[in-house]
Amino acid sequence: MLRKMISAFNAELDSLSSQLKDPIQRRRLFKFLLVHLVIILAAAVCVYPLLRIFSVSLRPGDKLFSTDLSLVPAGATFKAYASLLKDTMFLRWLWNSLVITIATSVIGVSLASTAAYAFSRFRFPGKKAGLILLLSSQMIPAGMLILPLFLMIMKLKLMNTYLGMIIAYSVSSLPFSIWILKGYYDTIPRSLEEAALVDGTSQVGAFWRIILPLSTPALSIAFLFNFTTAWNEYLVARVVLFSSKQYTWTLGLFELQGQYITQWGMFAAGSMLVTIPVLCVFLYSSKWLISGLTLGSVKG
Amino acid sequence: MASVQFKGIIKKFKDNTVLNGVDVDIKDHEFVVIVGPSGCGKTTLLRMLAGLEDVTGGDILIDGLRVNDLHPSKRQIAMVFQDYALYPHMTVEENMSFALRLRKTDKGEIDARVSEAASILQLQKFLKRMPKQLSGGQRQRVAIGRAIVRKPKVFLFDEPLSNLDAKLREEMRVEIAKLYQRLNATIIYVTHDQVEAMTLAGRIVIMNKGIVQQVGSPIEVYRKPANLFVAGFIGSPTMNFMHGRLSLEGEKLVFSNADIKLTVPPYLLSDQKKHDGREVTLGVRPDDVLVGRDGQDCSDKVDGVLEVCELLGHRENLYINVGGMRLLATVEAFFNRSPGSAVQLCFNYRNMHVFDKATEKRISD
Repeated sequence: MLRKMISAFNAELDSLSSQLKDPIQRRRLFKFLLVHLVIILAAAVCVYPLLRIFSVSLRPGDKLFSTDLSLVPAGATFKAYASLLKDTMFLRWLWNSLVITIATSVIGVSLASTAAYAFSRFRFPGKKAGLILLLSSQMIPAGMLILPLFLMIMKLKLMNTYLGMIIAYSVSSLPFSIWILKGYYDTIPRSLEEAALVDGTSQVGAFWRIILPLSTPALSIAFLFNFTTAWNEYLVARVVLFSSKQYTWTLGLFELQGQYITQWGMFAAGSMLVTIPVLCVFLYSSKWLISGLTLGSVKG
Repeated sequence: MASVQFKGIIKKFKDNTVLNGVDVDIKDHEFVVIVGPSGCGKTTLLRMLAGLEDVTGGDILIDGLRVNDLHPSKRQIAMVFQDYALYPHMTVEENMSFALRLRKTDKGEIDARVSEAASILQLQKFLKRMPKQLSGGQRQRVAIGRAIVRKPKVFLFDEPLSNLDAKLREEMRVEIAKLYQRLNATIIYVTHDQVEAMTLAGRIVIMNKGIVQQVGSPIEVYRKPANLFVAGFIGSPTMNFMHGRLSLEGEKLVFSNADIKLTVPPYLLSDQKKHDGREVTLGVRPDDVLVGRDGQDCSDKVDGVLEVCELLGHRENLYINVGGMRLLATVEAFFNRSPGSAVQLCFNYRNMHVFDKATEKRISD
């Protein structure tokens, strides 16, 4: 057994040394190592804050700063998690966020998928201007939209309601979703819909049975974008929601910040918990994010 | 099956007229090939019949019923697209049964029809596969199978073989011919490939610039092209054209230009006096330019210089310079003369064509 392992290791070493002799192979190996080094560094930069928050959430007391660099601190405890769930309305805030986010994502993607189809497939006056308008609306800073959104929601008498939030969120992420989906629909050959029309579907039927199933990668991206935008949003929520019972988690966590003391343990624990739904959605939708779904449909 | 009529069809895209008064009658069970160069409007005509393009003017009738405003699904036609247009998220079986499932056809009936079509097209092994797992030829067969299962009144084929390589194209051409014999359906087939047109068609419709140039059987359009365009388009290699003037020299009608002088026999142009002074174009196919042994019995020989030889296998193309004019002759292989050598050639007047230079219409008998 040991002999086998040693001979395998020797073979690996031989192949590596032979690779290093060849200048092309050497360059390739160097490129490979460099790329992976950059990727590992980038991953570390992304993961480090999360690990620090996790570490803070496990610390006894509400210590934010510590000289201890270990991931699991001395006297680590889940007390912050327990008291967050027991002593605050965190679960309620999480529920509010979930309802608003899911509704926003579903409505946003439904509206965007149909609007994008019209922009992609039909000729109508104002099509180009409409697309440019949608794009330019994305260039307006979010802060500038707060006042108009506030006025709109107030006039609709939807202050402090789920519906008010859902409308505000769906509308604001619609342009991006439309552009993403339109771009994707444009790559789907028209002959597929035409074949469906000749086969007996209506235009709506062709959209439903052919275009939508083929657009799952773009629909997933639009859904994820809507989901993460609505899930993490703070500014609009701050303006529209005023009773703590209706708060989303972003507002709720700020409840933990007092004038003289901030419950950093609970704050960190909450921050860790709110990543779970987003993580689940990302993991689930990753299987839809495959490209090349239309492969084989037409000569290419 | 059904008959199809195009009556004065006009199609405009804004100010661009794509079809300008197309009149074609297609009989029941007929295999009609619409052929023409790119942009001649042949695919647009087919798409209008399928209901995928609006009709600007004129009427389209299927079995005597005006279908101009009828939804594609109501026309009882099936179309095979140039790029196959298979639904990529469905298996071969689902692709083929899609139309029947939409019509809520009985499951047993669907299975029977799909398996019948699959056995005709030898697709039984591939029914559970996705389109991306098939080769180009197999995909095209699935596209044809999707049309067959519907048992439509009219089959429409839009350049179905143009995406296949030469060998596969040949095989599929035979498959389609066999399929027609088996189904005996009304088929309208669009192509720019004249070989497909000549080999498959019962009748050929030749189009150019949105206008029908000639309708006839393959041999008719080959032997008696109605105008210069048809003469140049049908036949490979392309027909030789010589521009010149007809004049009477005594009793003989003579064709002449700066490079060549030929006597036009009466069986080619009867009533010879009528044509005196007329500007014409003479057309002669490369097979009818006789060089070497083929032309040794000719009386009316012309001198030329061999420019290029192209060996094709059993035949050889000879490019011969006569005066300043280049003529193409196709002869038996191994002509064995090097470029630059002097040759004598003559023409098979029986298969020569005369066209009026101004109208470009055929005037020979």
